[in-house]
This record gives sequence, structure tokens and C-alpha cells, in this order.
Amino acid sequence: MIFFQYLANGLILGGLYACIAAGFSLVWGVLSIINLLHGSFIVLGFYIAYFSYTMLGIHPFVSVVTSAIVLGAIGYVVQLGLINRVVARSVLVTLILTFGLELMMNNAMLVSFSADYKKVLLQNPLGIAHLGNVFISLDRAASTVIAFLLILLLWLVLRLTSVGRAIVAVRFDRDAALLMGIDVNRTYAITFALGAALAGAAGSLLSASFPVAPLSGPLFLSKAFVICVLGGVGSVPGAAVGGLAFGLLESFGAVLFGSEYALTLAFVVLIILLLVRPHGLLGVKGF
Amino acid sequence: MTRTQLFIFVAIVALLLAMPLVGNNYVLRLATTALMYAVLTMAWNVVGGFAGYPLFGIAAFFGLGAYSGAVVQSSGYPVALAWIVAVIIGTVFAIVLGFILLRLRGHAFAIATLVIAEVLRELTNGWTSVTGGGMGLNLPFFGWSPTALAMFFFYMMLGLATVAFVTTWIVAHNRLGFALNCIRQNEDAANIVGIDTTRYKIIAFTIAGAFAAAAGAIYASWTGYIEPSDVYDVLFSIKPIIMALIGGMGTVIGPVIGAVAFLVLDEVVWRNFLQLHTGVLGFLIVVLILFLPSGLSSIGLTRLWRKAASA
Repeated sequence: MIFFQYLANGLILGGLYACIAAGFSLVWGVLSIINLLHGSFIVLGFYIAYFSYTMLGIHPFVSVVTSAIVLGAIGYVVQLGLINRVVARSVLVTLILTFGLELMMNNAMLVSFSADYKKVLLQNPLGIAHLGNVFISLDRAASTVIAFLLILLLWLVLRLTSVGRAIVAVRFDRDAALLMGIDVNRTYAITFALGAALAGAAGSLLSASFPVAPLSGPLFLSKAFVICVLGGVGSVPGAAVGGLAFGLLESFGAVLFGSEYALTLAFVVLIILLLVRPHGLLGVKGF
Repeated sequence: MTRTQLFIFVAIVALLLAMPLVGNNYVLRLATTALMYAVLTMAWNVVGGFAGYPLFGIAAFFGLGAYSGAVVQSSGYPVALAWIVAVIIGTVFAIVLGFILLRLRGHAFAIATLVIAEVLRELTNGWTSVTGGGMGLNLPFFGWSPTALAMFFFYMMLGLATVAFVTTWIVAHNRLGFALNCIRQNEDAANIVGIDTTRYKIIAFTIAGAFAAAAGAIYASWTGYIEPSDVYDVLFSIKPIIMALIGGMGTVIGPVIGAVAFLVLDEVVWRNFLQLHTGVLGFLIVVLILFLPSGLSSIGLTRLWRKAASA
């Protein structure tokens, strides 16, 4: 049954997509900004994994940690130093600011890493599992599992730690949170750092599955848009569900319409969702 | 118009008209580009400036116009017909899209419009039999001398910019401009006092689409070769916004001033940092947003400018 093969492909793809979108969704939900840098963060995470593997032999699943830490630090500084200055202004201003930063970052990566596509070729791949007629690449399956573990970790951080509760509080009512003694600017910076860290981790996770070039950022970004709207802006479980839904959509859409129209299909879904279910598949229930 | 406003406007027009007399082909190309961006910025301004909707999709209409015109022209029809077809297609597309997208507001509208250009690029890439796909599309050569060509397209773009300017002026001093202003300030309140907001928003969106498509069609004939990643470039969506920010959003001559100012800046960057061009451009954008969030008008000495721009 070829159907189950596409189902498996979609679900495995979905885990990575969930990881790509979770940080983006969190930043959009809490800071109310559309972070165009997110795609470039993923690409930088990819390059960290790529060079860790080719130069130091560190497996991408291990460099997930390095990528997350490096990108988290970058995100914290960028938010605290730059974006916080205009965070309360209109979507026009914040979006253009992140666009300008994206141009700078992409240009820097283009000059440093050259424009060709790269991909981590694992020397000891885990192999392929056969479940009846369904073939599953174990490396991809493992990266999907790690992706979901990271999302679970993010969800736990938001639920159980005081920093996480502060983030949720700021999301629901910025002014009230301020009155409760929460340092809103610092909370914004931590949120942005979490989002960037997740983007970096996603970049490492997909390094063995997808070829990436310095200018691949917008591709990931447009997927993150759709998943974010699918799952509901700001919702971490929503991003997980939206990622899976999007993975399935892409897997089956490629069969029905051809893979070259993936973005068009995603856009049609995006528009229908924005018009019919603007709060996502799960609706707004907090985190 | 006060005397200062009139003066700035006359100075710009005189400068532009003098271009063919004093300029070589390089200057003429620069002036034509400036006029093209002025058209795009004025088109954006009707939706983004007057109605306050964060439109990030001018590139979609620009690219659609470019491809519509190019396809018609390369099938052997006259240029004028190609441009008219492009405007009609751009207009119809804007009306249809407006009906769907203008229900969205804020972030959702911004993202939806940002993705349209990417979708059209994908469709253009896929529809190889008509558009040439990723190979691009070559337009028939006019067979004129380079100077005559440069002159011709300069005057065509000047004509389009003039029409766009007059349209902007009429919109600003009309029921439509007033309604759009109300929508920007408080759409729900505007609705309650009896302004048919949906209708006015769609009209504004259509004006923007038609002008951007016209600019795209002229651009295609001018450069003689287009490809999807060129005409659907996201920079065609972003640059007009930055130009409007520089010159003054929601004003009549702000877009023209902003387009000229930004383009001069952009050209200087191009000439000096070929490798780092986009990076330096990004840096300028960041600096502009952080330190001059209200454009050139936030520099102290140009209170005069504000006054001039709000004609």
C-alpha cells in the first residue's frame, strides 16, 4: 500500500516542520512580531551542524545542542539590542526591521559559506527499516523524535518554570504582567532566544535530510507561516499538530499536484484557514 | 498647495524633464528606474499609506504585469496592446484577490500578501509552455539604437508616473481618500458611521495592483528579458515600503521624494559594495527603522518637508 508510505513520509517530515515552526509561532504569539530572521536562523543552525560534522566529526544529533545555544545567544542579543526598540510599533515597522536584519545575515552567510547547496552525508547511517511495504529512514525518524522531544521541552519550560510563566503572562496581558513586576523587555529577549534556539536545533536536525544553501531561509520561513496559522499563532502544541498536518499535506499534495506546486497548495490552505479558522486547528487555549 | 510645495514639485518635474537633454544613457536608466519605483511606491501608498493596510505584495502585481505583457509581446502583438493587457490582468487579479484578502487585518494580511509573490513565482516556474519557466522569457528586440530605446522608455515611465501622481492626488482629495483615512484610523468606527469599507478597500487595492502591473509591463519591455526570480523578487515588495517610509507615508508627493532619495542611496551602495550590496542595504534599512522611524521628516530641519509632503 503506497498510501502508508506517503503517510509515514508525511509524519516524519511533519516532526521537522513542527520544530521549524514552534519557535516562530512562539515569537509571533508573545512579541506580536513576524520574525523574518527565523529562516536564516535555521540556515545558520544547519551550517553549524554541517561544519561540526565535516570538520570535527560531531553527529548532527549532538550538535543540536551547540546550534541551539549559539542561536539562542544571538537571538537574545538581537532582541535586547535591536528589536526591543521598536517592538511595540506597527507590523510594518517590525517586519521591515527583521527584513533588514535578514538581508544582512543572508549576505554574510553567502559570502562566508558560498552559494552552493550542502548536505550532511552521514558515514554510518542508521539504515532503513521495513514495516511491511513501508520503508522508513531511521535517521529521519530519529530526527523527528528529537524534534518532538524539543517541542515537549519547550512546552514544559513554558508550563513549569517561572520564566515560562512570565512569558505566558506577558503574552496574555503585557501591561498587567508589567504591573506584577515582570521585566517585559527581558522576557521578550528570552522568548526570542528560545525561538532562535529552536530554529538552530531544527537546522541541525534537518542537516542530514535536506540540502541547504545560504539563501534557503525564505523557503523554511514560508512553511513556518503556514504551519503557524494551521496550529494557531503562539501555541506550542498547535505548532506540533500544524507541523504534522503540513507534513501530510505536502506528502500527499506532491502525489496529487506535483511537488513543484507545494507552496501554492500551502498558500491556498493558509488563506482558507485564515478566513475560516483564524485561530488555528486547536483554537486559542493558551500554551 | 502652498508656495513651498509647489516649488519642490516643480523642481522635481523640471529635473526629470531635463534628464533626456543633459543625461547620457546611464543617467537616463537611473531616472527611468527612479520613476518606476516612484510608481510602485505611489501604488503601495494607496493601500499602505492611505488605508494603513500592511501590504507586502507589490512584487506580485509587478511580476504578474511583467509576465502578462511579456507573453503578449513575445507572441508578436504590438507593445501598446501588451501593456494594456497587462494592466487589465493586474486589475482583475487585484479585484479577485482583494475580495479574499481584505477580510484579513494586521499580521495575517501582511503574511498573506507576502506569500502571493512567492506563489505566483512558483506557478510561473511551473507553467513552462507559456512563461518559459525558470529559463525566463526573451522579448522581441525593438531594433532601435540604445539611445532611442532609453529615451522611449524614460518617457513611457514618466507618463505612467504622471498618471499615478495625478491619481494619487485625486484619491487624496476625494471621498475615496477620506474613506481610506477613516479606515486607517479606525475601521470598525468607519463601518459604523456608514462608510462601505469593503468597497473602498477593494478600490484602493485595485488601483495599487493596476499601477504595479503597468510598471511591470513597461519594465519587461525595457529590459528585454525577464525570469521569475527577477520580477517576483521580494525586494520589489519591500523597497516601495521603505521609500514611502522615507518620504512620508500617506502623503501625495512623499512617495516620489522617497523613491528618488532611496534610489540615489541604493545606487551609491551598489557601486561601492558589489559583493556586500544586500548586506549594506539591510544595514541601511535597520538604521533607518531604528533611528529615523518617521522617515526624513523626523530630522529636525525638515518640518518644512512634512508640510510640503502633505500636499
